Amino acid sequence: MSRRVLITGLGPVSGLGLGLEPTWSALLEGRSALAPITAFDPAGFDSRIAGQVAADFKVRDYVPKTYRKATKVMARDIELAVAAAQLAAQDAGLTTKATDPDAEPSHHPDRVACHIGAGLIAADVDELTAACAQARDESGTWDIRRWGEHGMQQLTPLWLLKYLPNMLACHVTITHDCRGPSNTITCNETSAALSVGESLRVIQRGHADASFAGGAESKLNPMAFLRQQFTGRLNATHNDTPEQAVRPMATDAAGTVIGEGGGILILEEAQAFQKRTANSDDNFRGYCEVVGYGAGQTVHPATRNATPDPDGRGLQVAIRSALRDANLQPDDIDLVVPFALGHADWDTPELHALLATLGQTKLADTPIASLKPNLGVTGAGVGALDLALAALCLHHQTLPPTLNRTQPLPPLKPGNPEPADANLTHALVLSTGFGGQCTATILKRVD
Amino acid sequence: MPTPRIVITGLGCVTPLGHDIETVWQALLNGDAGARPIEHFDATTFPTTFASQVLGYDWRPLVNDPALHEGIGHNTGFALGAAAQAWKHAGLDQYADLDHDRLGIYLGSGEGSLDLEAYVASNLAGWSDDEGKVLGKPWADYATKHMTPIREFEQEPNMPLAHLALEFDARGPASNCLTACAASTQAIGEASYLLQRGDADVMITGGAHTMIHPMGVTGFNRLTALSNRNDDITTASRPFSVDRDGFVMGEGGGILILETLEHATQRGATPLAEVTGYGSTADAYRITDIHPDGRGAAAAMRQALDHAGITPADIDYISAHGTGTKENDSIETRAIKAVFANPTQAEAERSAASGLPSQVPPVSSIKSMLGHLIAAAGAVEAIACVLAIRDQALPPTINLHKPDPECDLDYIPNAARKATADQPITHCLSNSFGFGGQNDTLVIQAIDA
Repeated sequence: MSRRVLITGLGPVSGLGLGLEPTWSALLEGRSALAPITAFDPAGFDSRIAGQVAADFKVRDYVPKTYRKATKVMARDIELAVAAAQLAAQDAGLTTKATDPDAEPSHHPDRVACHIGAGLIAADVDELTAACAQARDESGTWDIRRWGEHGMQQLTPLWLLKYLPNMLACHVTITHDCRGPSNTITCNETSAALSVGESLRVIQRGHADASFAGGAESKLNPMAFLRQQFTGRLNATHNDTPEQAVRPMATDAAGTVIGEGGGILILEEAQAFQKRTANSDDNFRGYCEVVGYGAGQTVHPATRNATPDPDGRGLQVAIRSALRDANLQPDDIDLVVPFALGHADWDTPELHALLATLGQTKLADTPIASLKPNLGVTGAGVGALDLALAALCLHHQTLPPTLNRTQPLPPLKPGNPEPADANLTHALVLSTGFGGQCTATILKRVD
Repeated sequence: MPTPRIVITGLGCVTPLGHDIETVWQALLNGDAGARPIEHFDATTFPTTFASQVLGYDWRPLVNDPALHEGIGHNTGFALGAAAQAWKHAGLDQYADLDHDRLGIYLGSGEGSLDLEAYVASNLAGWSDDEGKVLGKPWADYATKHMTPIREFEQEPNMPLAHLALEFDARGPASNCLTACAASTQAIGEASYLLQRGDADVMITGGAHTMIHPMGVTGFNRLTALSNRNDDITTASRPFSVDRDGFVMGEGGGILILETLEHATQRGATPLAEVTGYGSTADAYRITDIHPDGRGAAAAMRQALDHAGITPADIDYISAHGTGTKENDSIETRAIKAVFANPTQAEAERSAASGLPSQVPPVSSIKSMLGHLIAAAGAVEAIACVLAIRDQALPPTINLHKPDPECDLDYIPNAARKATADQPITHCLSNSFGFGGQNDTLVIQAIDA
């Protein structure tokens, strides 16, 4: 009756690597991508470490030759999303205008959706300031009249288009020729998970057969980084030991670390996926099925929604709604991938929401997986990485080691130090963002 | 199980033509223009020196606890004021039994404005003329002293949403989309689907935005998207006119309360209109240009008609995106004609069955009066559709004295029009298109039309 939706392609991009293989092997090895910041000089900031995408990353390598010129108007966030989309399409074996322009696409372009979460993209500070410097008065102060006369003219005509948040999705829809429903969700760290949820609904209601879904962001520029410092949740104590900095759901949590990246997932309606892969040699039946999804909202006047309320009530709404949507009981959940950025103000409410919805006994018995110790919090893209982690755990029936979780918040179990085999059917993936939007997504093993 | 019907039970807006629904609607029917010289900052040397601004507006008297929102951006102030009106209009202030876990919000709001003075000064403090770049340490030293957390946080595009959640204690599904100028139309469409699925009882939806700040006007001036008619400000917004030279920036917010008909009926609320159709597509063409055939726009309109289960002939009024840029208005016209003059086979069959001829209904652009509210434009245009149905009157496209030969539809030029007894206004279609090829269309219709 209801259309089933599978995750059939994964395009993670982060400090751990570009694409599925390097990401999964890094996770299995327990590698950390967190290191001193080199993207800009962080000397004036309290936290000076981050998870940076490899220095040799070039978006040109991820677009068709004919589209290389357009990469000049891509902010870093857009570059990461475009690369992730290409990697995801390739991983899914999806034929699109970008993966093979001469071949028949796997799905009609009208039937391909695109939902990508984006952050508040900061202008390139060097480019903007070079123009602002042309509009200084005799005292060296920026003068708006000079700006209007000859300052703004220093900016490239397409300057604004580098920073519109919907440009992540626009470039992806153009390169892959997705003409179905498309949206850009801008809800901070919940953006990617909300985007995947919206793709799920669009496919379920029959408006698309496949979707590019996820998000990407880079806050590794002074302005975006300062906004994060202002939140008070960054780690300022492990600048010399970055690999030990992020401790999700732990009593010794010391704040989080900013990463850049995100991911695009390919979602496909099950029958459409089976049809397009009917003649394929391998036995791949998708990484998992998306069986439940719910959303909620924090209401916490004391911090104006800058942190969750102590009970995580918005997240409780999301979890209950996802369980109902999946027609599952708390006992059916075998793995939790929490948002857990590694700060008590965030992790404790999340734990309370889990206790209120899954119960103490169940929670004490359920493994927790997180990749934030490895690569940090990648802003609007992080939910896609969390979903990819859960999808891979289900697919491989393996739990990669979780770093820095030797002192878990009770009643949680500590993280496994080595990769561990596991029998996992359902994974619950949570997202909570600055501003209070919450999601819960339930993934199911494809049997 | 029948699909739940989604109705609109409350409206609110804050726009350059007024800060409440009735004032704005009267101004639209009068054909008033909102454009004025820019007062928000010194734009005298900018290529464009005027905009359609919200002036003399204060959100504080409209909220329960102003302290909870002190320091918000203008966008959030517009959203709060519009939502407070809509909440009351829907009678939700008198309804004690609302389940707040099932009160959702879906906005298409834009980002807040930069703390420009501190931002530019920080950039210049870090600037090295010799190296031609900003040095991190002096930038951070200056910025950490001169920028403030609240001003920075309030720029996040989900802040209008976060503050509405605080104001109305909304713990249900919540999202903010930002598909440029299509955002709030898309938000309304997605909100209607959340209700149809049963994920919420009531949705607060719409959007709020301003880009009338130095970097916003800079961005659009560099794109040469704005009218430069600095010497003829009030007639500068000329959608569909042969001498149109760009859009006029506007700002503001529009909020609609949506709920299922069942929920509205059960609590005794009066439905104002019904949301029956929604279409969303991507052009997948270019980030700078619309597809020349209006491919995506036509597809969005068709999807919306199909979703509503109606034919082009059923539509009595089209609220155009109608920005007043050269490209938009001629391509939108082409797309409208493609849909309304060339119905699909299914639509033609439905038309034949209903006995109605297929023809292009009247079209207008209220951006000719309000200016372009960017992310918030679609919400206010949807509100205008509801009011057109209520009052059986269509707002005009003003400043249309020299029609473009490529724009050859009935745009309700220069004066509002009353419906006639034999042609009542029951079905409206509202278009919004965003930079980069985002197309969204809604069908809003009279209850029991």
